[in-house]
Amino acid sequence: MSFVGWLQIAATLGLVLAAVRPLGRFMAKLFLGQRTFLHPVLSPVERGFYRAAGIDPEQEQTWFGYAMAMLIFSAMGFLSLYAILRLQGFLPLNPGALPGVAPDLAFNTAISFLTNTNWQSYSGETTMSHFSQMAGLTVHNFLSAATGIALAMAVTRAFARSGVATLGNFWVDMTRAALYVLLPLSVVVALALVAFGVPQTLSNAVDATTLEGARQTIALGPVASQEAIKQLGTNGGGFFNANSAHPFENPSALSNILAIWAMLVVSAALPITFGRMVGSERQGWALLSAMAILLILGAALVYWAEARGNPLITALGVDTGLGNMEGKEVRFGQAMSALFVAVTTGLSCGAVNTMHDSLTPLGGLVPMVLIQLGEVLPGGTGSGLYGMVVFCVLAVFVAGLMVGRTPEFLGKKIEAREIRMAVLAVLILPLVILGFTAVAAVLPAALSSLNNAGPHGFSELLYAYSSAAGNNGSAFAGLNANTPWFNTTLGIAMVLGRFAYVLPVMAMAGSLAAKPRGQASSGSLPTTTFLFVGLLVGVILILGGLQFFPALALGPIVEEVLMHTSATF
Amino acid sequence: MSRHATTGPALFDRAILLNAMRDAAVKLDPRKLMRNPVIFVTEVVAAFVTLLWLRELAQGTGTPGFSGQIAAWLWFTVLFANFAEAVAEGRGKAQAASLRQARSDVQAKRLLDPDSDDGRYERVNAQTLERGDVVLVEAGDLIPLDGEIIAGVAAINEAAITGESAPVIREAGGDRSAVTGGTTVLSDAIRVRISTAPGETFIDRMIALVEGAERQKTPNELALSVLLSGMTLIFLIAVVTLWGLAGYSGTEVSVVVLVALLVTLIPTTIGGLLSAIGIAGMDRLIRFNVIATSGRAVEAAGDVDTLLLDKTGTITFGNRMATEFVALEGVTTTELAQAGLLASMGDDTPEGRSIVALAKAEFDLQEQEVPGAVLVPFAAQTRISGLDIDGRAIRKGAVDSVLRFAGIAADRAPADFRQAVDRIARTGGTPLAVADGRRLLGVIHLKDVIKPAIRERFAALRAMGIRTVMVTGDNPVTAAAIASEAGVDDFIAEATPEDKLAYIRREQTGGRLIAMCGDGTNDAPALAQADVGVAMQTGTQAAREAGNMVDLDSSPTKLIEIVEIGKQLLMTRGSLTTFSIANDVAKYFAILPALFIATYPEMSALNLMHLGSPESAILSAVIFNALIIIALIPLALRGVAYRPVGAAALLRRNLTVYGLGGLILPFVGIKVIDLAVTALHLA
Repeated sequence: MSFVGWLQIAATLGLVLAAVRPLGRFMAKLFLGQRTFLHPVLSPVERGFYRAAGIDPEQEQTWFGYAMAMLIFSAMGFLSLYAILRLQGFLPLNPGALPGVAPDLAFNTAISFLTNTNWQSYSGETTMSHFSQMAGLTVHNFLSAATGIALAMAVTRAFARSGVATLGNFWVDMTRAALYVLLPLSVVVALALVAFGVPQTLSNAVDATTLEGARQTIALGPVASQEAIKQLGTNGGGFFNANSAHPFENPSALSNILAIWAMLVVSAALPITFGRMVGSERQGWALLSAMAILLILGAALVYWAEARGNPLITALGVDTGLGNMEGKEVRFGQAMSALFVAVTTGLSCGAVNTMHDSLTPLGGLVPMVLIQLGEVLPGGTGSGLYGMVVFCVLAVFVAGLMVGRTPEFLGKKIEAREIRMAVLAVLILPLVILGFTAVAAVLPAALSSLNNAGPHGFSELLYAYSSAAGNNGSAFAGLNANTPWFNTTLGIAMVLGRFAYVLPVMAMAGSLAAKPRGQASSGSLPTTTFLFVGLLVGVILILGGLQFFPALALGPIVEEVLMHTSATF
Repeated sequence: MSRHATTGPALFDRAILLNAMRDAAVKLDPRKLMRNPVIFVTEVVAAFVTLLWLRELAQGTGTPGFSGQIAAWLWFTVLFANFAEAVAEGRGKAQAASLRQARSDVQAKRLLDPDSDDGRYERVNAQTLERGDVVLVEAGDLIPLDGEIIAGVAAINEAAITGESAPVIREAGGDRSAVTGGTTVLSDAIRVRISTAPGETFIDRMIALVEGAERQKTPNELALSVLLSGMTLIFLIAVVTLWGLAGYSGTEVSVVVLVALLVTLIPTTIGGLLSAIGIAGMDRLIRFNVIATSGRAVEAAGDVDTLLLDKTGTITFGNRMATEFVALEGVTTTELAQAGLLASMGDDTPEGRSIVALAKAEFDLQEQEVPGAVLVPFAAQTRISGLDIDGRAIRKGAVDSVLRFAGIAADRAPADFRQAVDRIARTGGTPLAVADGRRLLGVIHLKDVIKPAIRERFAALRAMGIRTVMVTGDNPVTAAAIASEAGVDDFIAEATPEDKLAYIRREQTGGRLIAMCGDGTNDAPALAQADVGVAMQTGTQAAREAGNMVDLDSSPTKLIEIVEIGKQLLMTRGSLTTFSIANDVAKYFAILPALFIATYPEMSALNLMHLGSPESAILSAVIFNALIIIALIPLALRGVAYRPVGAAALLRRNLTVYGLGGLILPFVGIKVIDLAVTALHLA
């Protein structure tokens, strides 16, 4: 670890922090229905969409109507994306003449992009045509992120409003999220990326002759535009298989900083939006603080574990002064690789600039834990915020009683129905992750996909299902996931992780919106203090993480212990 | 403040403990245990491990010594949880037994023709009476069922329900007409119209409530049960999948050990104590002589944001008292006090007595027999009292009456007299004038005396986040003066029942919970509207039915204690839940290394507590898990102490004690048990 390394981390997070308040306030205005500086340009476009689709933007929906609209929209998205992938060979913009995608892979990929997971069982450059990338995947990069933001806004309104049945209009929220937030930000980021040297072209691969005289095919395409939304929408599905480690996706230290900034900025601003909309920006900062504490802790732990290097390699007489550099890019260095690892998993983004499989056991433990904690640090666009609200509800419920009142959060009483829904939601991750991993761990068909034996192989399995259920999309690699078993089960894990989680959350929101909003007094549980932030962190760790402890013990923890006794796998 | 005699049995009464042990076994019935999912799961797996143990014994395989001990401690866990509930219930049952005596077969005298003065009656069993029947109750009779006096006045002993042996007067009409079945008429005869059916009387409801027979989960208890069930399910997933996860590395995990892990992880501590906490909360209320008609009301009491308090009896002593003598020019204060004392000798009202008391206390004057003096007693018509002696006529009374007596026109009164009168009236007091014949001596300041320490009490309430609102029939000027002196946040002057109701509705629309107490029939709508309505036992039947609590002592200050008891109940629940959840961390570190050590000997790095052997580690965790329930029963019954210091400070304190404590204590506890287990060669 070095001072410069820490400085890089601090500076990058500082840049995010600087953008959080203006963006958070902008989104609050937008979703409260007020005019923003973008309205003169974009509101005619927005109205055009509603007219074309026959949507009355004033028509508000109940939680059920909202959730149904979201489900129908997602189902249509799945069908169209699946069709595009299967029919790729007949569609235009296919300079490489790539054939249609196999059914199980198309199923997995369609679900993956639909659920904002972007798990990729394939290599983009050799599987997807430009048309599939642009009209299929990139479109869903926008829409899945916009859907997440819309859902988060519906949940926010449950606290902001008092005694009403409706949570807003899904079509309006989704359109605004895409049009006013993601699109303008993407344009700016994509242009910046082009300036940093990221290609943006519709031409096919370039053939080059290397110094040795060998022929090399260099894949090209509309990379910058997809890269921008891949980061901004916490999607993570790279144009290239090497993802953000590829020099065309992430050419330099500067583009790396921009990539991390873009990943974080929307998710980190949403708590501020939440705070503004419920009438207490402090509340937003409190949520963001809890997220930041765990995220920075995670980044620091990865940095420490990786900079320490691998004692087994040191023992071979190799200079590990730079730490464990296996699977890392020299142009990013230890600090910015560690920060990227923590951010991409704390965020449910899943873009990688470092091969997670090559991290030291402890370094690999962190991203796994960050995903299993529920993708709330600060989580995916929107999904992180509503996940955090669920943890707030649970924290307030347990701790609120300790001040001698029945629990309430932002003036809303937390009662049996809310707790039932919150518990249903937090049940999903352990059920899906541990359930599928337990089956795969003893299933020969699954085990044959593993490249490594012992606890490391186990970690690869656990990571895959954590990543899918958490809608993260990053891979521990070392696992050949493009088999019918993994394509199917990971697909199911992604669907459950997204929809089985958000439906109870929406039901909870509906019931909260209908409740009157009480006033806080000095007898109410303070939810904006440092004490509450600490409590929230504790609840996330204990209620969100403790159930994964046995599984982690069998994977990275035991591997770490074994590493010090010179065992390898 | 009347901290009322805690009449219930001691925290651990021998008889109650013995009964509770028997009940704990009876409660093993799975049909009853279903209500408590966490303990039910524990019982199911205890039975399962017992079967495994029997199989090991029969086949001579495995480690029956170890399995047997685990099974035994799992059963103990269930029994301890049942015991906690049984102890809590036992305390109520003892109370119910004494109540039941008052309900034994009563003969009633049912009037044959209630509409006439005809006193003929027939003797019937009280259980056959119906609503609307009119019965005659004479001196020495028990009142058969709850009802309303329609004719007569009687002194009634209500000790059966209130524990207070001094008789109370009940009479037809007005706010004192309700009578309760099971109480005894001491004098006179009354006609009572029965208002409740047998089995639904106040005493019946009390018995059911203290016994916990009708106990239903309160809303917050229900929500907490959902959370605890959810956590049980999550850990069930974690433990069941562990079987497959461990299978990956070829680790054979023993089912007994997995069960041990499950039971230590699921929240058995709070699951086992939850209902005991609820029952103990009701019990604490009963010890304060307050009966809540539902557990919901006790919870709501903890949430109260605004207290509506009657001025008289709660904030002030209820009587105006003399606090100051203001002498006019040329008169000494002692002279005025002497005249006031003499003039008040004929005034037996509390005001009159307070003048005498003040004169004696401050000027060392004595009440003396004055020979030849003629007392002029106080009369409501003249509003004046005094004494004639040696041709002098000393009078004190209302200012206008005394001026009229002295023959002075109001606008001709001396300037300093008028100033004193004005000042006293402006500050909410009542001025009384004193005259010796035609000569004005001065003014006595009567005021509503605020109870000592009430101001601090209100400050404490404010720190809890509770607003206090004084309700009074006084005019706004007087009310404002008293309100500012007592330190209440708001007041309703010249309050009518409609004003109270309107105020409550307004506060509720603002999202606040209101508590109030009342006794009259005209209070009934407000009592029903309030979130916590405490009716006085001395009040009318209508009031008692409208409220959700009845205060047997009829003390309006009780409201403050009720709020504290409600908060205490919720705090105890939250603190033990936090403790229970925080315990899991240590238990993982005890059991996980033990579980995998056979496959990965390096796992001993996680054995932070350096426990003796894998078996002793697992056994110690299970024993700790069972014993902690027993250890926490006193806390569950007594409740976590409530201090009015504001939510932030409370949270900090309880989070430190029960959160941090819950994290650390099991590390110590399991280590100690492990040392004992190892020393005794149990594992």
